[in-house]
Amino acid sequence: MTAATSSAGEEILRGENLSKSFGQVTALSDVSFRLKKGEVLALLGDNGAGKSTLMKILTGFHRPTSGSLYFDNQPVEFGSVTHARRAGIEPVYQDLALINELSVFRNMFLKREILRGGPLRLLNDAAMREKADAQLREIGIKLPSVDVPISKLSGGQRQAIAVARSVYSENVRVLLLDEPTAAMGVRESKQILDLIRRLKETSELAVIIVAHNYAQIFDVCDRINLLQYGTITFDRATADTSIQELTDIVVNSYRNADQTTPA
Amino acid sequence: MTQSNRHNAEGRVSEAPAAPAKRGSSLSRLGRNMAQWREASILLAAIVLVIYFQATSPAFLTLNNIGVLSQFATAVAIIAAGQVMVLICGELDLSVGQVYAITPFIMYFAQQAGLPLGVAIVLGLVVAALIGLVNGLITVGLGVSSFVTTLGMLFFIQGLTLTISGGFPVQPVAGEFWTAVLGGNVFGALLWMVAIALLFQFILFRTRWGLHTIATGGNPLGASQIGIRTGRVKIGNFMLCSMLGGFAGILDAFRIGSIDPLAGGTEIMFMAIASAVIGGTLLAGGSGTVIGALLGALVLAILKDGFTISGVSAYTFDMILGLAIVITMIMNVHLSRLRARGKT
Ligand SMILES: Nc1ncnc2c1ncn2[C@@H]1O[C@H](COP(=O)(O)OP(=O)(O)O)[C@@H](O)[C@H]1O
Ligand SMILES: [Mg+2]
Repeated sequence: MTAATSSAGEEILRGENLSKSFGQVTALSDVSFRLKKGEVLALLGDNGAGKSTLMKILTGFHRPTSGSLYFDNQPVEFGSVTHARRAGIEPVYQDLALINELSVFRNMFLKREILRGGPLRLLNDAAMREKADAQLREIGIKLPSVDVPISKLSGGQRQAIAVARSVYSENVRVLLLDEPTAAMGVRESKQILDLIRRLKETSELAVIIVAHNYAQIFDVCDRINLLQYGTITFDRATADTSIQELTDIVVNSYRNADQTTPA
Repeated sequence: MTQSNRHNAEGRVSEAPAAPAKRGSSLSRLGRNMAQWREASILLAAIVLVIYFQATSPAFLTLNNIGVLSQFATAVAIIAAGQVMVLICGELDLSVGQVYAITPFIMYFAQQAGLPLGVAIVLGLVVAALIGLVNGLITVGLGVSSFVTTLGMLFFIQGLTLTISGGFPVQPVAGEFWTAVLGGNVFGALLWMVAIALLFQFILFRTRWGLHTIATGGNPLGASQIGIRTGRVKIGNFMLCSMLGGFAGILDAFRIGSIDPLAGGTEIMFMAIASAVIGGTLLAGGSGTVIGALLGALVLAILKDGFTISGVSAYTFDMILGLAIVITMIMNVHLSRLRARGKT
């Protein structure tokens, strides 16, 4: 408890001059950012701005073309998703990375299954089923059963499962949410945002939320970064800005885009 | 802090009543129902066919004919088990029928070189696994579609088998007991078939390997994003499929009493794929069952044998087989459409 208060505000993740190209396409040109413990950072930007690409660099799915990452002030190079997950970075991908053919509980424990052991690595379905059921109830996600395949769920339910999976992973320290409310109705979005709010109060989990609809996440986040044309053009505490200011910036950038073609 | 919260959460969990889990269990089977429904319907088809052929020709359900019937089914069903694993992770193995042919030759030559039977069999299976490894490495590592990789392998192994054998069949060497155990005895062979099907059904649905196989085929990108090494899963399943093909070849060699360089081939491979498809495996990956494929192989064997007994020509069998494959595929497509509609 005391550790939490004293360490809150310390930096957990920092990116310096990150860039990423896919062949001819430059998704990120020069991105620097900081994330503090217990902080909820919103990463805003238009479609194609490079938000998902940045997330995938943080999760070890992509390697940056140049630039460096620091985790707990130590330089890190995540060689794989498993590597980043082991460090405590848990992604919720925009495409959710759920397997339609598998049940809810099997999706929730995918790649960190509870096993009975033995050379065949038998799955302990009973334990996973019970745990998944309890975790979902705890964060207020209602499902008829954790045995239904993902293909039977609505977009919002799927998103909730993907978030729950990440939140309950063992040593999660940084949660990355890529457009968590994109596929959701109002009620479901509120549920996910409430969940993030609750996590913020009860833990020093650091969160990055990628979003497109900034009005929706404005109240939840502590700081806002705006990603435009592959670089961060705006970095301000939520308390020091307003939805109006953000709207002005976005509208202005549209005007500029109309007048001058970006190089 | 986060962690301690997590533990608190789990502490509370264990106190929670198990009621909702119970409530789930009635609905819980729903997910698996589709597959079970499929399996039940193929089983029903098999039973109807048996009744029909028994009615038209009383010779059908004799011990002798059941022996003949199992000859049609065992090797196909064993290969189908491997093919199901490969199909579920989204790939295809066209070369397994040639692995079926070459493996007993490897065994035979190893014995000729003075190795004992057991070692010779293991060596044969190791070579089969290596062929699967090459299939997997080229497909996964070089990004060649498995259709092309294994098509190339099909011709390569076929030529290799004919080269090392000189084109002539040989006789497998084993004592009476081992010959019987290794497929010489009809019921021994059936036992192998059922045991292998059950084992792979178990692997598919109760082990981490099976889970990752389904995940790899169901959502390749998602599976790799979550950290599953989908390449390894595919390579492993190519190896398993190849080994099962080789083992089926060994069993048939002892059953027939001859190792033929032209045995198996594309015919047995396509029969295995047909069994898998009739058994409900989707070529798109992500879903299928080994038991379904076993039942599919049995249905095909019953049809083939039943037609032979009632004097219907092999050509008619091929026509029926063709129709059966397409009709099952149409049913599969419609089932998934129904499923998709139920979801929204
Ligand atoms: N794997 C990839 N290969 C090629 N181009 C990509 C890839 N991923 C993203 N891009 C490109 O990079 C740019 C940024 O994409 P993305 O990060 O998905 O943006 P956002 O999430 O902000 O909408 C886009 O132009 C996109 O087409
Ligand atoms: Mg995106």
